[in-house]
Amino acid sequence: MQALDTLKAEATTAISSAEDASALEKLRVELLGKKGRVTDLLKSLGQLDASERPKAGAEINALKQHLNSLISERKQILQSAALAEQLANERLDVTLPGRGEQTGSLHPITRTIERMAAFFATLGFDVVEGPEVEDDYHNFEALNIPAHHPARAMHDTFYVDDNHVLRTHTSGVQVRTMERLAPPIRVICPGRVYRCDSDLTHSPMFHQVEGLLVDQNVNFGQLKGIIQQFLAAFFEQDDLAVRFRPSYFPFTEPSAEVDIQCVKCAGEGCRICSGTGWLEVMGCGMVHPRVLEMSGIDGERFPGFAFGMGVERLAMLRYGIGDLRLNFENDLRFLSQFR
Amino acid sequence: MILSESWLREWVNPDLDSDELAHRLTMAGLEVDAVTPLAEGLSGVIVAEIVAAQQHPDADKLKVCSVNTGSDIVQIVCGAPNAEVGLKAPLAQPGDKLPGGVKIKKAKLRGVESQGMLCSAAELTLSEDHDGLLALASDAPVGTDITEYLDLDDRLIEIGLTPNRADCLSVLGVARDLAVVVDLPFNGEATAPVEPALDETFPVTVLSPEKCPRYLGRVIRDVDINRPTPLFMVERLRRSGIRSIDPVVDITNYVMLEIGQPLHAFNLEALEGGIVVREAQPNEALTLLDGQSREMTAGTLMIADEVKPLAMAGIMGGEGSGVDQQTRHLFLEAAFFTPELMAGRARQCGLHTDASHRYERGVDPELPYRAIERATTLLMEWVGGKPGPITDISATEHLPVRAGVTLRASAIKGMLGIEVPADEVTRILKGLGFEVVVDSAAQEWCCTAPSWRFDMGLEADLIEEIARIFGYDNIPTLPVQGASQAGVNSEATASLADIRHRLVSRGFNEAITFSFVSPAAQALFDPDWVPVALKNPISSDLAVMRTSLLPGLAGAAAHNIKRQITRVRFFETGLRFLPEANGLMQTPTLALILCGARTPEGWSAQSESVDFYDLKGEIEALLAAAAKPVTFRSVVRAGLHDGQTAEVVLGDSVIGVMGRLHPTAASELDLPDKTFVAELDLAEVLQRAMPDYHDISRYPEVRRDLAVVLDKQVAASAAVDLVKAAAGEYLADVVVFDLYEGEGVAENEKSLAMGLTFRDQSRTLTDEEVSNALAQVIDSLTEKLGARLRH
Repeated sequence: MQALDTLKAEATTAISSAEDASALEKLRVELLGKKGRVTDLLKSLGQLDASERPKAGAEINALKQHLNSLISERKQILQSAALAEQLANERLDVTLPGRGEQTGSLHPITRTIERMAAFFATLGFDVVEGPEVEDDYHNFEALNIPAHHPARAMHDTFYVDDNHVLRTHTSGVQVRTMERLAPPIRVICPGRVYRCDSDLTHSPMFHQVEGLLVDQNVNFGQLKGIIQQFLAAFFEQDDLAVRFRPSYFPFTEPSAEVDIQCVKCAGEGCRICSGTGWLEVMGCGMVHPRVLEMSGIDGERFPGFAFGMGVERLAMLRYGIGDLRLNFENDLRFLSQFR
Repeated sequence: MILSESWLREWVNPDLDSDELAHRLTMAGLEVDAVTPLAEGLSGVIVAEIVAAQQHPDADKLKVCSVNTGSDIVQIVCGAPNAEVGLKAPLAQPGDKLPGGVKIKKAKLRGVESQGMLCSAAELTLSEDHDGLLALASDAPVGTDITEYLDLDDRLIEIGLTPNRADCLSVLGVARDLAVVVDLPFNGEATAPVEPALDETFPVTVLSPEKCPRYLGRVIRDVDINRPTPLFMVERLRRSGIRSIDPVVDITNYVMLEIGQPLHAFNLEALEGGIVVREAQPNEALTLLDGQSREMTAGTLMIADEVKPLAMAGIMGGEGSGVDQQTRHLFLEAAFFTPELMAGRARQCGLHTDASHRYERGVDPELPYRAIERATTLLMEWVGGKPGPITDISATEHLPVRAGVTLRASAIKGMLGIEVPADEVTRILKGLGFEVVVDSAAQEWCCTAPSWRFDMGLEADLIEEIARIFGYDNIPTLPVQGASQAGVNSEATASLADIRHRLVSRGFNEAITFSFVSPAAQALFDPDWVPVALKNPISSDLAVMRTSLLPGLAGAAAHNIKRQITRVRFFETGLRFLPEANGLMQTPTLALILCGARTPEGWSAQSESVDFYDLKGEIEALLAAAAKPVTFRSVVRAGLHDGQTAEVVLGDSVIGVMGRLHPTAASELDLPDKTFVAELDLAEVLQRAMPDYHDISRYPEVRRDLAVVLDKQVAASAAVDLVKAAAGEYLADVVVFDLYEGEGVAENEKSLAMGLTFRDQSRTLTDEEVSNALAQVIDSLTEKLGARLRH
């Protein structure tokens, strides 16, 4: 069966050199198709002596199988090569920017208020809001600031009419909350406030977050505790030094101003803290008994504490923003840094 | 308030350095804003006397002086106009240092040697006065170190007092607090009264005893006003920011700084008949010591005589009745004015004086007695004079009542969270001037507040005093328990934070603009509103409360466009202030502004400008979960494009407006022609429907596309609504996927292509069912909208 060997050799060479799928297919038809050379060999079996037929048949079938498997091997190889080529052709420049809308940004003030609200939410404080054109009673009277109180002069109030002002703090919302709800009360009041003052370090509009807790057995030590925890969390600095300094607000007593160790110089003294090593960041105190009384709360049973902070101040310290006015220019080069 | 540390230490001298002293004051509630060394770096400068002065041979303005240093005569070249023989002035010799570190060397001025420099007050940093040498008193001992002579080894302590601590507007007051803080004895006793040398009194009538419950006066005859004010007094006044005027005025100011009582000295000979304390008469005017004439408003308390007004009580004296160089006889006044009735009076006239500052906050009503005696003593000492007896007009019923308050140990513990030792409580209260009766059994203190404290009516007031002296640092930091009641949020209301974050994800930057805007920008969008105007705006550009967020957002966009940032996507949330008939509505609002390219600049596509539908898409996304159908209705609005503006309607109510800026408005606001804005009622945006769950069909859906030609004026929504109505129960969705106008379609027509999806929950729909539904849709569109199929 020399012919068989020759065919095998020829076919093996042809298969392994088939360039692509169609050449291979053509080769398969040539060899194994109905009129293919191997098929022809099978057909010619009848001419052989009956005694030789089984052996020759087996050999031809073996060749057929052999060629079949060579073809499918080759097919695999060609497919892989074609796929590889396709992938190579489809190679992209992965460094080009992606397509579509970019992410916008939350204003740093809002971002800061949200962080504050999130902290106090874990302690059960709800966010409440209120009017910005506020009546004299809720902005002053109910906070123990009667007409002609010297504290009023310090508020640089915008007046709308004889009985209405742009709120100078969000404390009026606390009053409204105490009027509306019975203790226990835990709220924070974020929002815009207004003072008739405008220079490098004062904006006529700015933001405050104030908090109020009215409940049984509330005391100044707890107030210190919550403020200390809040500031450490806000600046993500567990060992942040916090100092409570006696001060005066008409609506709290005892009152304190809260200083933190300068976040810039860690208390060494620098330009940010005017060399003192301390930064004033908040005011707080036990709610004045008259304020509770005016809002219909029995202060003997339900004392409370309150605190308030300037959002711009804390945001600027947190992010190292040096100029207050940037907060209200809405320059996208500034805003888009707070994605 | 600024006071000299050395003066304070004369009263209470704790063993603490300046910084520690300042810290202790701060931590007791008297916040020290600054401690400034006086003449820091000064060394070697002495008192010297000019004994001869000659014209410089080569300079008109210079003199060559011989100066006695006490041990030597040295030659000094000097250009000061007052460099005359006999003048005593500070002398800096070679090797001496001036404040700030300047070291003095020998020098030649125009060829003449100068062995040092005679100094002005400015050169010693004692004042701004450059005009000549600092003239020292004629009895100044030549050769003495100037630091010693002027007591310059001192620091200025600046205290930012809270308005409740008027009692600390004096050395006496600060010293009293300091003594309690550092636990040192304190002698706050007054000096002995002066024995009158005359019987003479001057009549005083108080017609407004409720405003002036106490008026003390005394005649002092034969003072010599031409004597100099003693140096220590001039220096102490200067260090507290008060200029020396003449010895009488200086003494009244000195007593005010020392113990806190404002005083006024009248020229007795300028007074006619008697003192009358009364309210201002209609149209009454008075020229004050600042030289300005002011008309007095009704209710202003005046010190007058029987003929004319003399002074604005507790604020400022009048011209003509004060002391001057010719004055020989005085009428000295020390009064108590009711703080609440003084408040705001000075500010009404644009004034703020040392006296008004104190009277508004409250001066101790018992202090006039002490002050008038102290001032008399000092006057007799420094300008001589014979005092008469004190005339005392007091209306006890109008004087403040000294509050009696009971302080319970339990209340201290309750409010502070810590027990303060009983002895410490007693010590603090007594040290601060309270009269205290201790009830040890009941653990109570029955207290009467000192006359100088106006803020001591409640137990809490006393606890605050205990706390600040005991020290806030000594109050423990205690944990706070979380709330026992969990918060409840309705799922049907999204949080504002949620809305903001969604907008940020969609590429919006949050802006925060002022709530007050310029009336012009306001009128551009809301000409029909009369906005709330501020009575005292910070500027005319920020004068009215916004009735729309759009002027602010437009300004924010313009700010960026001016800086070459042309693609702007802003949102803002905040209140609008709408003066409705039934009162001012303060409405939470969300506003958007879009201009510039539709997509960020990139390599893959040329970006077109945003248009109406970009903004509409944002609004539809915001309202995707609305509980009611959202529709858009064409509308005309001020400031917006007549053909590209729509009301946003939720159910039956208009919840906002969106559209393109009117070309005029856009140009006025310096914004691109294609700028799109929207403003929505935020409360409505936050409302959302609960998810309305239904099973997903397991059967295939069938899609049929339909292109119809319609009159251009027919709204797409009309066609879609009709499709929904006519397609029957199997219609699951309809979408407009193409709009075509132009070639092949008549001028007044448009082609609208819609994709209809049909589906059933329980089976596969047959071709026939779908075709029937489609036929109904076509019939309906043809019949009701005059549509025809486009092939």
